[in-house]
Amino acid sequence: MSIVFERPKALADVVTSYCPGCTHGIIHRLVAEVLDELELTDKTIGIAPVGCSVLAYNFFDCDMVQAAHGRAPAVATGVKRANPENTVFTYQGDGDLAAIGTGETVHAAARGENITVIFVNNAIYGMTGGQMAPTTMPKQITQTTPYGRDIKTAGFPIRICEMLATLDGTAYCERVSTDSVQNIKKAKNAIKKAFQTQTERKGFSLVEVLSTCPTNWGLDPVKSLDWLRENMLPYYPLGVYKGGN
Amino acid sequence: MEKSLMKGNEAIAEAAILAGCRHFFGYPITPQNELAAYMSRRMPQVEGTFLQAESEIAAINMVIGAAAAGKRAMTSSSSPGVALKSEGLSYLAGCDLPAVIVNVQRGGPGLGTIQPSQADYFMAVKGGGHGDFYKVVLAPSNIQEMVDCTYTAFDIADRYRVTVMILADGILGQMMEPVSLTKPEQKPLPAKDWAVTGKAGRNRNIVNSLYLSPEILEQQNIIRFKKYDEIKKNETRAELYKTDDAEICVVAYGAAARISKNAVDAAREKGIRAGLIRPITLWPFPNKEIFDLADKVKAFTVVEMSMGQMIQDVELAVKFKKPVNLCSRTGGMVPAPEQILESIERSI
Repeated sequence: MSIVFERPKALADVVTSYCPGCTHGIIHRLVAEVLDELELTDKTIGIAPVGCSVLAYNFFDCDMVQAAHGRAPAVATGVKRANPENTVFTYQGDGDLAAIGTGETVHAAARGENITVIFVNNAIYGMTGGQMAPTTMPKQITQTTPYGRDIKTAGFPIRICEMLATLDGTAYCERVSTDSVQNIKKAKNAIKKAFQTQTERKGFSLVEVLSTCPTNWGLDPVKSLDWLRENMLPYYPLGVYKGGN
Repeated sequence: MEKSLMKGNEAIAEAAILAGCRHFFGYPITPQNELAAYMSRRMPQVEGTFLQAESEIAAINMVIGAAAAGKRAMTSSSSPGVALKSEGLSYLAGCDLPAVIVNVQRGGPGLGTIQPSQADYFMAVKGGGHGDFYKVVLAPSNIQEMVDCTYTAFDIADRYRVTVMILADGILGQMMEPVSLTKPEQKPLPAKDWAVTGKAGRNRNIVNSLYLSPEILEQQNIIRFKKYDEIKKNETRAELYKTDDAEICVVAYGAAARISKNAVDAAREKGIRAGLIRPITLWPFPNKEIFDLADKVKAFTVVEMSMGQMIQDVELAVKFKKPVNLCSRTGGMVPAPEQILESIERSI
């Protein structure tokens, strides 16, 4: 009998801390599958953020560093400059990457830092209990926007891929989604391209993965996927924004 | 022995390179700019990394990355910039990473002044980051010591897996003196088998400061403090100058100690038996050396370029056995030997 499905070697054999129905687990798996397929695990260093994926250092079976909130691209820069032969990736949420760590993100991209960033955008701060994120949708209700995000006082959601695509140092960035099997397959291809961009020393690569947060959105997993499709996809169009050829 | 005439900031930079530091991450701020500028010139020559970061916070986090990867890494800044690095200093401690941080102090609070100051004593010794931890703080008092402290700093950092701060000031950073760059013999240091370099051929390494279980974090902190006890025992440094027969003892570090030496000599010429104790490590603080003098002298005079910060540690060390007086200039002002002499005379 042949094995048709198994845990990727780059994923540690542990139970994750993610809520039921959350798509972090899928995204972890995609990253791990890519590390396996490109045979990178043994020379890879991952940088875990602060947020729901703070414990990612337990889940990826490669060398890991846990960074301060938003600082993962700076830590990754230090690791990569120290040992340029290593493959270095960060795994960050929207609060980490697009609020407190915006400076680190933009400048790592501007320098063309040869690292890969996996950016999980679920439009909310998950771990701290569902506060407004920089990517929270207009009118979206969160713990800190109880009347819905009012763009007059809380401003507009940030489109990271579009912003980083304007920088010459960004070699590759693409926005993908986890809302369907087809899109998950595209997401994996994008993650693979991002790591290949790094191994080919082309510069900064980022994949923005639209993700769900059933717990803090107050929806069941299936309705969460519907909500992502109805609300996030129109504002955050999928596609390649830079490179990838 | 060959000597070169160097600015303090440049002397630290060259000593760091000679100590094997190949990764420097900085951000412009006066009065330490010559250090980063020197690194930007020299690092490419030795195939090292000079990176001008987008912020002080990014710079210290790049140090974290390079240190986690097992390399000797360093950043430098001045007072307001070091305050910004506090977050990283705490993570360095929580991750038990070796790193060297230079603070060329200027006057504060706020934007303050670019003139020299010693008002970051509290930030260096007592604070500068959240949580239960210390940094080793070295306080050079001339340019030769800027070099020697840099060698010592990297060795202490690697030996104990701690952050070492070199606490200088605008005078020491800008002043030029002849220095010998001869390196002391390198003692063996522990292997960095904890570093993240890719797990090929071993189990994965994780560099982390998160412990969700309070029982485990408590143990981690207790273990770290045992390391601090070792450092206190092995690395406390102070210079005693004319203290053998002293009736009045000046306590000062860094540039203030240098000026105080002149005042001690002037007092001796007037027939006052003055001496100086100069902490070279501000943490660990030379408590015993100061306490031992408390039985012998009539009083202590603490000279600081601040409103009086180290004086609290001197008072603790003296345990109220003798009066402890303060001779202070602040806000970027520097005490003249005459002012210190007057203070010595008043203390008698």
